[in-house]
Amino acid sequence: MAEPVLQLNNLSVSFDTSSGEVEAVRDISLSLNKGEILAVVGESGCGKTVMSQSVLKLLPKTSRIKQGRIIVDGEDITDYTEKQMRRLRGSVLSMVFQDPMTTLNPTIPIGKQITESISKHTRVSREQARQRALEMLNLVGIENPEQMFALQPHFFSGGMRQRCVLAIALASNPKVLFADEATTALDVTVQAKIIDLLLDIRDKSGISIVFISHDFGTVARIADRVAVMYAGKIVEIGTAEEVYYDPRHPYVWGLMSALPSLTKEGEDLTSISGMPPVMLNPPLGDAFAVRNEFALAIDYEEMPPMFQISPTHSAATWLLDERAPKITSPISLQRRTEV
Amino acid sequence: MSPEEILCVNNLKQHFHINKDLTIKAVDGVTFQVKKGEVFGLVGETGSGKSTVAQTIMGIYPATSGEVYFKGRRISEKEIYRQNKKDLHLNMQIIFQDSAAALNPRMTVEQIITEPLKVNRIMRNKNELRDKLESLLFEVGLDDTYATKRPAEISGGQRQRVAIARCLSTSPDLIIADEPVASLDVSIQAQIINLFQRLQRYYGFSFLLIAHDLSIIKFISDKVAVMLQGRLMELAPTQELFNNPLHPYTRSLLSAVPVPDPVFERNKKILDYDVKDVKTQGEMVEVSFGHYVLQ
Repeated sequence: MAEPVLQLNNLSVSFDTSSGEVEAVRDISLSLNKGEILAVVGESGCGKTVMSQSVLKLLPKTSRIKQGRIIVDGEDITDYTEKQMRRLRGSVLSMVFQDPMTTLNPTIPIGKQITESISKHTRVSREQARQRALEMLNLVGIENPEQMFALQPHFFSGGMRQRCVLAIALASNPKVLFADEATTALDVTVQAKIIDLLLDIRDKSGISIVFISHDFGTVARIADRVAVMYAGKIVEIGTAEEVYYDPRHPYVWGLMSALPSLTKEGEDLTSISGMPPVMLNPPLGDAFAVRNEFALAIDYEEMPPMFQISPTHSAATWLLDERAPKITSPISLQRRTEV
Repeated sequence: MSPEEILCVNNLKQHFHINKDLTIKAVDGVTFQVKKGEVFGLVGETGSGKSTVAQTIMGIYPATSGEVYFKGRRISEKEIYRQNKKDLHLNMQIIFQDSAAALNPRMTVEQIITEPLKVNRIMRNKNELRDKLESLLFEVGLDDTYATKRPAEISGGQRQRVAIARCLSTSPDLIIADEPVASLDVSIQAQIINLFQRLQRYYGFSFLLIAHDLSIIKFISDKVAVMLQGRLMELAPTQELFNNPLHPYTRSLLSAVPVPDPVFERNKKILDYDVKDVKTQGEMVEVSFGHYVLQ
């Protein structure tokens, strides 16, 4: 087994606010291999963005890593200073955000923004940087890169802008790319193209990608493995096939059956009742228990550990304990796997 | 126009003159009809002009040309709009995507929901108003503890419920919803879509739903129109459109809809279209019953 490029061991991140401590990420462990695409799925406020930003140390000063280690490419970067981080960002770790217009500088031509990131990380001549930038624009599928080079971002459409952001993020050959809702703001047709582009880049350069999204549909096309987050914890993680065809956590059942495309005509959409919890005072047991129709008494008292289902698949729910009643996934989900 | 058609949009155009050299044709000749009690879905990518259609129907912008008929009255005409103003305010309602921006942050939920009743002088009696408020809150799945809260104190899904309660308060005949669930989480989205469906069946209002998410449109609409660059490309009953898309843009759009199934998705071929190749000019031709395609 190859050495993982990114490893999180029992990572917890909390924010100090005026009303108390908010634990946004709670005890997350995961590893990412070279050339692998891990999708992190969850609702807003579940901590998926905080998790990725804590790796790049982009979080505000009010946050702190409470426990756990972050290991990138065999090196423990948990206690890295800002100066050390600056060297990693862009060259080893890179990130793409949801809104390309806020990522790009509206007054600087696209070409210059790409060459900037190249010359910051590698010692190259101006001409070499320019060549590399043109190469990147070509790679992300922008036609006539020479002409586009001198244009400001507002000349581009949303999809083209996101391609430019990708070009910047990939310019210095990073090992891990974090794509935080990178395709959410785009139309379905453009979204599909960006996803195919990411897959293509992975095949060519062997980059590892952490793809953060709230949409099970988009994730299905790109992910090798899927992690589902709820209230700062990973509740289920496994290969895409395992999580999609054999989900074990009731929250994942709920999310999947809430998708209109999986509902038969004339049936109501299944929704998860209630709201995600406020993490100011996290509940004692399983944070999902109050919204879980299958909740057991122990769910309210003790946090469920990760139960292994297969070497790659595990889920945190007491339903998997051998003493728990045997409850299977909802019929609507089973029906789909039979087809 | 037959009496069962509540809304009739005829060759509607909305051009924005930015300066003397630049005119943006946001809506460029759109024709469709919404029947009584029908759920009509309007889909299209960003910038295709679907929101402008909604806003022009509501009279937020005067139309550049073309007509809008509501219950047989030509409301795109200023004079006629003015004469029927009261009736239109009661019977046409709109719900926006961003409920935080749509609701006044300084008003309580109670004030927000009862405001249309007071302004239109439907109810003045305090007890009556109070009863109506409670029943509306109950309809949209909230209880009366929410009455004293302000929009900032409640979540996005709950805010959208308040917006729905407000728009139901005058018992409108037509509700236009512009991307009502686009900014909500999947599980909350399902709650709101169920709510719309239940209310629509109960009240029987006509519903013009604008969305970019085809799976939602497929789930709830009776009829779907696909928009691109300010024009309709295809219009058909939902089943027909999804089973038998004819326009290349519709096909491309349908093939790009993400399906939560990894094996299927990885092998799926997305049909590409080139804006230059797709024919955006021409006439809508009825190819089979109720199925119109731009040709």
